[in-house]
Amino acid sequence: MSGAILSAERVTRRFTPHITLGDRIALALGAKVDRRPVQAVTDVSLAVTQGETLGLVGESGCGKSTLGRMLAGILAPSEGAVRLSGAAPMRGRHKITTRIQTVFQDPFASLNPRMRIGETIAEGPIAHGFCTRAAAPAMVAEWLSRVGLDPAFAQRFPHQFSGGQRQRVAIARALAMQPEVLVCDEPVASLDVSIQAQILNLFLELRQDLGLTCLFISHDLSVVRHVSDRVAVMYLGRIVELGEAAKVYTAPRHPYTQGLLESVPKLMLDSNAALAFRPIMGELPSPLSPPPGCTFHPRCPKATELCRTERPPLSVREDGTLLACHHA
Amino acid sequence: MSALLEVQELRTHFFTRAGVVKAVERVSFALARGEILGLVGESGSGKTVTGFSLIGLVDPPGRIVSGSIRFDGHELVGLPTAEMRKLRGKRIAMVFQDPAATLNPVLTIGTQMMLAVQAHGGGSERAGRDLAARTLARVGIPEAASRLDAYPHEFSGGMRQRVAIATALLHGPELIIADEPTTALDVSIQAQILAEMKQLAKQSGTALIWISHDLATVSSLADRVMVMYAGRIVESGPVSTVLRSPLHPYTRGLLDSLPAMAKPGQKLNQIPGSTPSLLSLPPGCPFAPRCSRADVLCATDPPSVTLPGRLALCHHPLMAAA
Repeated sequence: MSGAILSAERVTRRFTPHITLGDRIALALGAKVDRRPVQAVTDVSLAVTQGETLGLVGESGCGKSTLGRMLAGILAPSEGAVRLSGAAPMRGRHKITTRIQTVFQDPFASLNPRMRIGETIAEGPIAHGFCTRAAAPAMVAEWLSRVGLDPAFAQRFPHQFSGGQRQRVAIARALAMQPEVLVCDEPVASLDVSIQAQILNLFLELRQDLGLTCLFISHDLSVVRHVSDRVAVMYLGRIVELGEAAKVYTAPRHPYTQGLLESVPKLMLDSNAALAFRPIMGELPSPLSPPPGCTFHPRCPKATELCRTERPPLSVREDGTLLACHHA
Repeated sequence: MSALLEVQELRTHFFTRAGVVKAVERVSFALARGEILGLVGESGSGKTVTGFSLIGLVDPPGRIVSGSIRFDGHELVGLPTAEMRKLRGKRIAMVFQDPAATLNPVLTIGTQMMLAVQAHGGGSERAGRDLAARTLARVGIPEAASRLDAYPHEFSGGMRQRVAIATALLHGPELIIADEPTTALDVSIQAQILAEMKQLAKQSGTALIWISHDLATVSSLADRVMVMYAGRIVESGPVSTVLRSPLHPYTRGLLDSLPAMAKPGQKLNQIPGSTPSLLSLPPGCPFAPRCSRADVLCATDPPSVTLPGRLALCHHPLMAAA
């Protein structure tokens, strides 16, 4: 794809459980310990184009955060490769680029509680030589005011802030590194609606001002729709549909995407509109033992014999949408 | 129709070292049998404490300071603990947000449900198990009878919440208070549970108070909605009317904050500032510091504005839109 700045090429990530001392004893005594690896992401390829925001949606456990971490260069794929303008963002287990930065979900956990937020924001730029120690306070003040906080807050600790303010600090910290790509993993999931709107507005504004390329991960379909140019829908570690946001939302083609959009409660402004939930039946299968064939077939209303035996490949359709379904 | 539940001027305060937290302040409402009432608000608005007050679960340093809660004609405020326990779980039941925290991890589902059955004199063990199995089946748990011997960790989040709902339904309560019951769940599972709850309420004639931060969830389920802000009910009325033409600027602001209400990529119409600390509320209208319509008048207590079936607590309601 032309202009791809960040791409994943057939990445797979497995997590193998650690064998603890307790497990060893249990094994020695002849008990069974589950040592099966969990495949969180399977054979995913995608490219984020310069300047766009790619949304990544899916339910819990679908692998969206794992994929996001691999693309952010903070988790090495088990197979496949991540490329940032052609180069690998990681060497071994270490991130070697500052061009990608991440904003995490929980601003309570992602900020060091013992560091003043001014130090938190300045730490990266000083370490990487973007800013001298002497120039740091001015740089911190500028970023704080850009994210809508009082520059005097630099002397405060994270516990003195509300959730929304902390998320602003986390955004300032990421942007102070002058990244080209910003990976946002559920940045508004823990915030109240009115605060969420403030952070989304801030995100839209900064993205435009700084010309950022973004990967925006969320379980909230309406938030992703609001900020994304293109959207990728994940199910059980794979992408099932990827296309322009407007198309995916108005005319979803994969039965899972259709079901997911049907499941979202909508504001019922018309009292006569009957509740028309057509929820997806059943539950997410365990990633420890994914179903054969298409992994969605046990819950899919359109499933046929073919779906039970053969996994549909993710293929490009005539309008450019990528789909993994035999019947769509 | 006579009301099943009548709450008047309820005030629940927490007496902490830092000061008095007025978590629920002068809350009044009524609920008819079989009605579904949505209670909406952001964190710290007092919606959960309101629910806990109704079922008598407010722990020190909190207590109901004044007001009245009449359930089927009986006054619940000041009711002795033993009397309250007879009602709780029998005629009024509660479903909590986090089913992983409310189920006992070392007891089987069957044992826990049996305890709930026997707490209100449920007869023989066999009859109790039968009741538990039948109730589990009603909330959509397949092979319910065999699942009674499973432990909570063997269930998914959605299934655990179904167990919690089934436990609440055991004695056919007249009122269920559900506190953010689907917040921890994925959308596809949430949709299943919403559809089931709506049907259960309709079938059994149970009144339901659905506490949630999510306007969309409430709008697809409830008959009436109450919006809480800083411990007060700032607006109430039929769901569709309130959402279509809110009277209170806060309700309007909440709706405008939803990405679903805006064009993709457009700036959202945000509410400035953040919710005030309940320790030091501004005098008068607590929403005034964030409100675009606020003026000097708002430093005094806002009056109740009433329209047929509707109520708002505001000096400058959005009447033009109504």
